[in-house]
Amino acid sequence: MSQVTPFYSLRGISKAFPGVKALDEVQLDLYPGEVMALIGENGAGKSTLVKTMTGIYQPDSGALYLAGETIKLPTPDAARRLGITAIHQETVLFDELSVTENIFTGHHLTRGLLKTLDWPAMRSQCIKILADIEAQIDPDILLKHLSIGQRHMVAIARALSFDAKVVILDEPTAALSIYETQELYKIVDKLKNAGCAIMFISHKFDEVFAIADRYTVFRDGCFINQGKIDSVNQAQLVTMMVGRTVDQVYPKESQPLGEQVLKVANFSHPTEFNDLSFELHAGEILGFYGLVGAGRTELMQAIYGVSNTSSGCIEIAGVAVSIHSPADAIKAGIVYVPEERQSQGVVLDLPIDQNITLPQLSQINNNGLLNPASEYALADEYASRLQVKAPDWHELVGNLSGGNQQKVVIAKWLATQPKVIILDEPTKGIDISSKAAVHSFMSELVKQGLAVIMVSSELPEVMGMSDRIIVMSEGLQVCDFNRADFNAEQIVSAASGGLNEKTIH
Amino acid sequence: MKKLFTSREALLCVLILIMTLSVGAIADDFLSISNLLSIYNDTSILIILALGQMLVIITRCIDLSVAANLALTGMVIAMINSSFPDFPVPLLVLFGALLGLWMGMINGLLVWKLGIPAIVVTLGTMSIYRGIIFLLSDGAWVNAHEMSKVFMQIPRSTFIGIALLSWVSIITVAVFYYFTRYARTGREIYAAGNSPTAAFYTGIDVGRSQFIAFSLSGLLAGLCGYLWVSRYAVAYVDVAAGFELQVISACVIGGISIMGGIGTVAGCVLGAIFLGVINNALPVIGVSPFWQMAISGGVIVLAVIASSKAEQKSGRIILKSAGLAPSR
Repeated sequence: MSQVTPFYSLRGISKAFPGVKALDEVQLDLYPGEVMALIGENGAGKSTLVKTMTGIYQPDSGALYLAGETIKLPTPDAARRLGITAIHQETVLFDELSVTENIFTGHHLTRGLLKTLDWPAMRSQCIKILADIEAQIDPDILLKHLSIGQRHMVAIARALSFDAKVVILDEPTAALSIYETQELYKIVDKLKNAGCAIMFISHKFDEVFAIADRYTVFRDGCFINQGKIDSVNQAQLVTMMVGRTVDQVYPKESQPLGEQVLKVANFSHPTEFNDLSFELHAGEILGFYGLVGAGRTELMQAIYGVSNTSSGCIEIAGVAVSIHSPADAIKAGIVYVPEERQSQGVVLDLPIDQNITLPQLSQINNNGLLNPASEYALADEYASRLQVKAPDWHELVGNLSGGNQQKVVIAKWLATQPKVIILDEPTKGIDISSKAAVHSFMSELVKQGLAVIMVSSELPEVMGMSDRIIVMSEGLQVCDFNRADFNAEQIVSAASGGLNEKTIH
Repeated sequence: MKKLFTSREALLCVLILIMTLSVGAIADDFLSISNLLSIYNDTSILIILALGQMLVIITRCIDLSVAANLALTGMVIAMINSSFPDFPVPLLVLFGALLGLWMGMINGLLVWKLGIPAIVVTLGTMSIYRGIIFLLSDGAWVNAHEMSKVFMQIPRSTFIGIALLSWVSIITVAVFYYFTRYARTGREIYAAGNSPTAAFYTGIDVGRSQFIAFSLSGLLAGLCGYLWVSRYAVAYVDVAAGFELQVISACVIGGISIMGGIGTVAGCVLGAIFLGVINNALPVIGVSPFWQMAISGGVIVLAVIASSKAEQKSGRIILKSAGLAPSR
């Protein structure tokens, strides 16, 4: 095969968000008639890259080339006009519109002078495209009545309804059944034969090796390597993905395990997770690792009483408790530091002290009136302990940096003197020094006998801080690792569905 | 494909029918063709305004200024008519519609370009538009004897036995049916309201869709300004005071989701007719006007409960077994 020139190329692309550099001088090449697999851990910058390639984000620096010419993509529409189309990880479609309309919104077919929408024509084209991809979906049904897998098929049908030259598939198989995945492979083959340049993002190595021609590896927003897929094996790819050694800077101090504090048994939800059981001891950090959308946050929110389970029970220190709301959970001694800090963790427009005392206004209550002095004192005790950086505790939380906001959330919960603290992606989007502060504080908490659950998508963090790791995949508990048995490759494989049904001790 | 009537609309039809027939059983005259036509004629302005409001609500906004817009255009053209009785009325109507359109565009621009929440924008412009009526009229009324004959006669003249006012609403309904079903802009309004993120990804300018909805709502309010003033033969500061709430009620009863993205022309029209029938039926069977407000209020609450039940979500679908189940 002769050397082909890339059809769509990126050079020196950087993109920063407040506190995080999502992409740092990355490059990428897509070749016509070939599938390029983009590989990287959660947080490697893959989704940011997809959004940059399709005009949703504007890069801070760097250039995009299509067929050798520099292009600018000010809007998603501009990208679509150039034939660049993406199927996003979270399907972005319209629940209340029909399948046909979802496929044609933005490029409706029209007829006549009045540009009247030609529904019969759109409907018959829709049926044709759906038949092409062998998806048995009623073109008239509203999207909200479809399963996630079927929605993905609609998203794919939508991409095919354009004259696409570049097709980006961002984890398209995450929600598909095995049968649907096979169908997807056929579609990808069709696109290849039609000369499309395809980018395929997946965490599943068997898929990557099955359909990709080339690979590119990203880590922490940086380009690491690229090449032909038949020149590497899975172990080499994992090494490139994981990269650094994990013994870095984690202030991990193993504590002797105390008594069992929390026991979760046979926890199930109708659609989100099934049959999860684990125990947690005082002085222990239990890590939950998995891909984005594996159901970890949903599980934690169920434990915290945000959503209701279909079966299962919780015991606190050996006593069964029933938790139907966050208030129940707080009373039982379970607190939750959410992933969505700004919307769920703090009240941005309230000062630090009022944020911290929010869960226990009864404590600073004097004959029915709140006592600002004791409020400030209570806040002072915990905010100082966490070294929140602010002029004083009257500062609005919205004016603090992400890391200091996170400290306020943790201070708030510590003031309630909990037994179990659940940290959901505790260091997501915060700067390095605050990250280190959160980590060392976690060590201090367990030293004082608290039990910590940490959900994290960052492998080094979860391996660096946890005493035990439970890996979840597609709503199921795939396997457990004790600290002595931590192995980056095995954990990543398990999260990607490679070690199903097998438990390692 | 032909889903002209969803369950909500069928339910409204049945309710309207039951109400009409049971009131007819008490008072025979109620079911006469002429009375039914006059109820529809009475409801025409509400129908027209509700259609404009529907578009605005579908884009996740709200237009509180419609009644004030109506009152201001009504006052302006009534004053022009009383000062220049020879100015051709059709041109005057066109001028009123354009004036309304212009006020609607102001709402839309503030929402689109400055990103101010619609409820705040229209709360402000509502007071401003009412205030301008004061400034123009000094609080004085324009009464029937000051208006020209043609000015007052046009909405009352009939065509195939139906008043022109009713015809205007029928034509508006037809145009809106076409617009929401067969015009790209109309469909984009639904998409923008249903999921602004997805709409943005699809290349739809959500703010522009909101602007268009506000503009059309303003245009219709301007048109209704003439219809109202000539029908009731009087223009003053408090014309149609509080009418915006009836308009919004008609939308909510008709199944237009206040969360945006959901609603049909048929539902909207039925919602307005439902209110029109209540307003006309209750006096006939001797129910006090105080009850009218309480009854329509109760209906609104029931309508909202019905929609929120339908919109409840049951969590994400992560488990494969769960993802497969509903596909059957």
